[in-house]
Amino acid sequence: MVNAPLHIITLVKWVPDAQLERRYNAEGRIDRSEGVLSELDEYPLEAALQIKEAAPDREIRVTALTMGPAGASTAAKKALQIGADDAYQLTDDDLIGADIWATSVALKAAVETVTGAAEFDSGEPEYLVLTGMASEEGESGALPAQLAERLGAHVVTYATALDLEAERLVVTRSGGTESQRVAVSMPAVVSVTDQVNDPRYPNFKAIMAAKKKPLTRFTLADIGLRREHVEAKVRVLTTAARPPRTAGEIITDEGDAGVKIVEFLAKERLL
Amino acid sequence: MSNVLVFFDELGETLTPAQKELIAQAAALGEVHIAVAAYDGDPTPVLAVNGVQEVYLPEVSLPAPEVAIVDLLETSVAESRAVVVLGSSTADATDALARLAVRLDTGLISGAASITADLVVTKSELAGSYTTTSRLVSAAAPAQPLVVTFKPNNIDPQRVDTLVTEGEQPEVNVLPVRPSVGGVEIEERTAMEVSARPALAEARIVVAGGRGTDGDFTPLEELADELGAGLGASRAATDAGWIEHAAQVGQTGVTVSPQLYISAGISGAVHQRAGMQTAGTIVAINKDEDAQVFEIADFGVVGDLHEVIPQMIEELRRRKG
Ligand SMILES: Cc1cc2nc3c(=O)[nH]c(=O)nc-3n(C[C@H](O)[C@H](O)[C@H](O)COP(=O)(O)OP(=O)(O)OC[C@H]3O[C@@H](n4cnc5c(N)ncnc54)[C@H](O)[C@@H]3O)c2cc1C
Repeated sequence: MVNAPLHIITLVKWVPDAQLERRYNAEGRIDRSEGVLSELDEYPLEAALQIKEAAPDREIRVTALTMGPAGASTAAKKALQIGADDAYQLTDDDLIGADIWATSVALKAAVETVTGAAEFDSGEPEYLVLTGMASEEGESGALPAQLAERLGAHVVTYATALDLEAERLVVTRSGGTESQRVAVSMPAVVSVTDQVNDPRYPNFKAIMAAKKKPLTRFTLADIGLRREHVEAKVRVLTTAARPPRTAGEIITDEGDAGVKIVEFLAKERLL
Repeated sequence: MSNVLVFFDELGETLTPAQKELIAQAAALGEVHIAVAAYDGDPTPVLAVNGVQEVYLPEVSLPAPEVAIVDLLETSVAESRAVVVLGSSTADATDALARLAVRLDTGLISGAASITADLVVTKSELAGSYTTTSRLVSAAAPAQPLVVTFKPNNIDPQRVDTLVTEGEQPEVNVLPVRPSVGGVEIEERTAMEVSARPALAEARIVVAGGRGTDGDFTPLEELADELGAGLGASRAATDAGWIEHAAQVGQTGVTVSPQLYISAGISGAVHQRAGMQTAGTIVAINKDEDAQVFEIADFGVVGDLHEVIPQMIEELRRRKG
């Protein structure tokens, strides 16, 4: 039997650069005026490319999907440069301030639109959604499970190794107090950690090739949703910046620094 | 008083500090009901805690990532008539609670530090650089309970011990929930080694080492034991295999917020800082005076950890007499 084609959708997010100062705006939302492709989303993309490269006999397509403001197209383009076959960007003003509930509503419809639109030569495709372990600024890691619940797909989170077999994906993950090897059948949503692989960097050839790859932009209306479908369930009431940490006393070891640290700890009543 | 449902994805022979803390958070809001997914034998004696009224169990233990856990939670919410569901922010608990929130069509707030009687949740955001409060949009007349996951270590352990005291055995409800068939199959499970030192996320003091240890964690282990501390590491050290991955502190490792964090041979990259910069006091030892870690250290030593740490241990022992 010939294996069914596989459509891998990797979710990539455009996020504020963690190397720079990140802040909330007056509306209680994270300032998204500038951003980068989330580092944590390079891992699922790499995982998708490795799965595809390891199965040359199987028809596999890697699609990058991003939801975010206009600037998020940078994330979609970077994903194309790294190696995605095509990319989709969902942008709509009604998604500003989306919480995880609203985000998973929108992404469910987006995934269904993307898988519905894709045409494969070798039969009806199965699909697999790969995500990073968490978003870099929200850090909840709750999206994969919410998305899977809405899609009626299986979910496995925090994968540290992936192995595609004929009809299932074998995943190594660490849950709470144990590490597990889990087999999951399609359709599935799988999140991967930064232990899963070493993401590649796009080379010049890949950057040039990416210019010819399709990037489709759509709005909520294009995926069959209206504003009332994506109204957030949770509202941020207040935001307060913590005073930044400042450097304290820095000494150079002159042979007694170990004793000096202990004296400091004693003085601060930390012993 | 309202009813609160607390979710434990697994329950052992004793309550963990994080589980006790969740009960303490819940008890401040109302009558506590507890749903347990994976358990061994009869879990009720462990849950004989003042304030805990009822316990919900599946017919057979449901270890994560079993999806039937969501059914258990859905039924437990209906049975308990809870106005809020609390769980921990670990991977397995988050997966189940996130799905529950979809089924109930309600909001989810993750990584909380505290919650008020009005169900306003305080949490730390952007790697500890902000504190926010949030709540359900429909807070005035919520149709469904709010779902919240908590980070550990937000209530002082001594205070938790005064709040969570032994009580009568709670009432037990065995719910007709059974494991699902197909979809996700666990083929192999390996228990992770549990260190005898305090759990990282809950430790009052953390001693952490990085590439600068050159692979030898013995001095740091000794220092940790002298201080009763948990032992952590940078990703460079865990990736090198010098210490288990579970010891990684940082954005993609454990987030710690101890009273004292001692960083040795760690440069202080933004990924590392994301997991430790809310510590009460930071002490850093690094031989490079320009290391980023000194920007956030309360006390820093420019020096060789191989000399400084042994001297610290010696001085600590001398003081103890
Ligand atoms: C997506 C992603 C996620 C990441 N997540 C994490 C994370 O969760 N946690 C994490 O820690 N990192 C994480 N990293 C890696 C992070 O960016 C750094 O590379 C890492 O923290 C560096 O570890 P280090 O400080 O031990 O090593 P280095 O950066 O190499 O620093 C070693 C330090 O040791 C000092 N040193 C050397 N010898 C001595 C000596 N004898 N005495 C005293 N000092 C000495 C040096 O001066 C130097 O400052 C992540 C990276 C990525 C891309």
